[in-house]
Amino acid sequence: MTNKPDPNSTSNLGGVGGGRMPTYVGMPSFPKAAREAVADSRLRANLAHATGTIRERRQRAVDELPDWAELREAARQIKDHTLRHLDHYLMMLEEKVTAAGGTVHWARDADEANAIVARLVEETGEREVVKVKSMATQEIGLNEALAERGITAYETDLAELIVQLGDDRPSHILVPAIHKNRAEIREIFQRKMPSAPADLTDDPAVLAEAARRHLRAKFLSAKVAVSGANFAIAETGTVLVVESEGNGRMCLTLPDTLITVMGIEKLLPTARDLEVFLQVLPRSSTAERMNPYTSAWTGVHAGDGPSAFHLVLLDNGRTAINADPVGREALRCIRCSACLNVCPVYARAGGHAYGSPYPGPIGAILSPQIRGIGSDVDASLPFASSLCGACYEVCPVAIDIPRILVHLRARAPKKAPERLAMTAAAWSLRTPKRLAALQRAAARGRRFARHARMPRSWTDTRDLPVPPAQSFRQWWKEGR
Amino acid sequence: MTSARQAILGRLRSSGDPAAEYEQIARDYLIRHHEQDLRELLAERLADYRAIVHDAPVSELPTALREGPYVIPPDLPAEWTAGLADRVVTEPYDLEAVGGVITGCAVAIAETGTIVLDHGPRQGRRALTLVPDHHLIVVTPDQIAADVPEALARLDLTRPLTFISGPSATSDIELSRVEGVHGPRTLEVFLV
Repeated sequence: MTNKPDPNSTSNLGGVGGGRMPTYVGMPSFPKAAREAVADSRLRANLAHATGTIRERRQRAVDELPDWAELREAARQIKDHTLRHLDHYLMMLEEKVTAAGGTVHWARDADEANAIVARLVEETGEREVVKVKSMATQEIGLNEALAERGITAYETDLAELIVQLGDDRPSHILVPAIHKNRAEIREIFQRKMPSAPADLTDDPAVLAEAARRHLRAKFLSAKVAVSGANFAIAETGTVLVVESEGNGRMCLTLPDTLITVMGIEKLLPTARDLEVFLQVLPRSSTAERMNPYTSAWTGVHAGDGPSAFHLVLLDNGRTAINADPVGREALRCIRCSACLNVCPVYARAGGHAYGSPYPGPIGAILSPQIRGIGSDVDASLPFASSLCGACYEVCPVAIDIPRILVHLRARAPKKAPERLAMTAAAWSLRTPKRLAALQRAAARGRRFARHARMPRSWTDTRDLPVPPAQSFRQWWKEGR
Repeated sequence: MTSARQAILGRLRSSGDPAAEYEQIARDYLIRHHEQDLRELLAERLADYRAIVHDAPVSELPTALREGPYVIPPDLPAEWTAGLADRVVTEPYDLEAVGGVITGCAVAIAETGTIVLDHGPRQGRRALTLVPDHHLIVVTPDQIAADVPEALARLDLTRPLTFISGPSATSDIELSRVEGVHGPRTLEVFLV
């Protein structure tokens, strides 16, 4: 398996979504990838430590607000309302951004979005861009698409930098390098960061300082920045980026040209709606009352910040997801990653097993919807869950992830033996007579059951039960 | 590009009255979580995120200055920098070469320990409060809002806004918080 997403392997087979998103090269189905990951004891230790820490802290941050349930309900309703009237609000946003001096671009899929961004960068005459961490640009494989056109993208978020320098893949929405511990990060910096001091230790503060020095000159000389967006306000044309390190502020403020790629579902109708989302996002995400920095801008501001602003509105399967009455809930997602941090499957399998920039429970419902259930990995993702429901409990916009998983399971292509078994079961269960006859036959054959051969995928982890001597209905009849 | 726009909007065609439906959204959450002692709450919450807090008159501001010149927005009140004439500079100035920056703010949020700049009066353009390593902020009592809803109601969203909660930080290494990455590594607040 290579580390880089292959831009040629974008799939939209059998599409629910009809979007395009890189599937990592040779990505096996979830169970296969997870089996390898579970065997990696260091990975499991890193994940258990990190997710365990954040879980407790998130709970404390949430418990501090007695009206959390009401905030969550308002967030859900605002998102659902916006999604119902997305065309209306998108046109409003476009009008306001344009009036404020920005330029709005529309992209049906990843290829269109990448081509727009590449062209905009080329028009500035620059060959380098600095980037703020963005899930949308991960989703469309922007860095690889820019590289093909000879443009170098520098990730400036600490975790994205660790992933980029380590020639690795992100494994978490908020903390893409969560699978690396401090010793591994130190080793990557020593190998790939020329400015790293010889006596670099694995103290997180020392590592953060090394990253600061490494990127400083880049920030001060960069002419073009690319960002994502956490929210956009239709009523005013305002775009917001929520962050911690200040790399976002650097990218959004210092360059001449700012290009923002935003999924069309990031929209909120009015400024007032932020009072809900600026409360629920930081507490769900980094377990803080408020994240260190949030930047908001509206078009271009004379004498302050970039003089050119481009907003690329990305569909990439979202309009199709929005048309699915069950699956559309996934579009409420504000990318907080609380569902990853509580998921028992994620904590053991890690983010890479999900074969997509979106790992964890939300990834298991987003990836197959964006890409369509074509590849092995997408067909297996709806099953990458025990349906325990912890993800739904913590979701700040109340996405019923287990319900959507079951919905997608019904759509996933079934293998021949499973189809055969299900057809047989459907036939047997159709009338009480057929069931009773089969139960009698099973009871007679019970001494052979011990030697019965079932598919290994079943008996590897479970015992095949021996049929009872008598069915419940027989026993009932005799007892009366 | 018109075709992509039309294709996307065409697939979303909705019906109904968005404005009327928007009014139906249930907003049963609290508008504020604390009623009283907002100044004390702000001080406590700022300190929680490792900001240095001074409950002191602005005349004590000079004691907080470290090495190097401090850049100020041109409209900073003269009494804030009384006696500092040889320590403060205004733009144009190399922001990498200053020791810090002194500004006011637009609003402070007590509940979350957040200070909001709208880069209007006493605040300067965004780069001014970003590049220097030490940010000194003066907050006046009338600027303290109880909670996020009240703060947003006071702000004009069409201005550039920067919400600041403590110094620059990261949780990217093992999800444990470390202060000081790219933004100012020291945040110092005067509650006057």
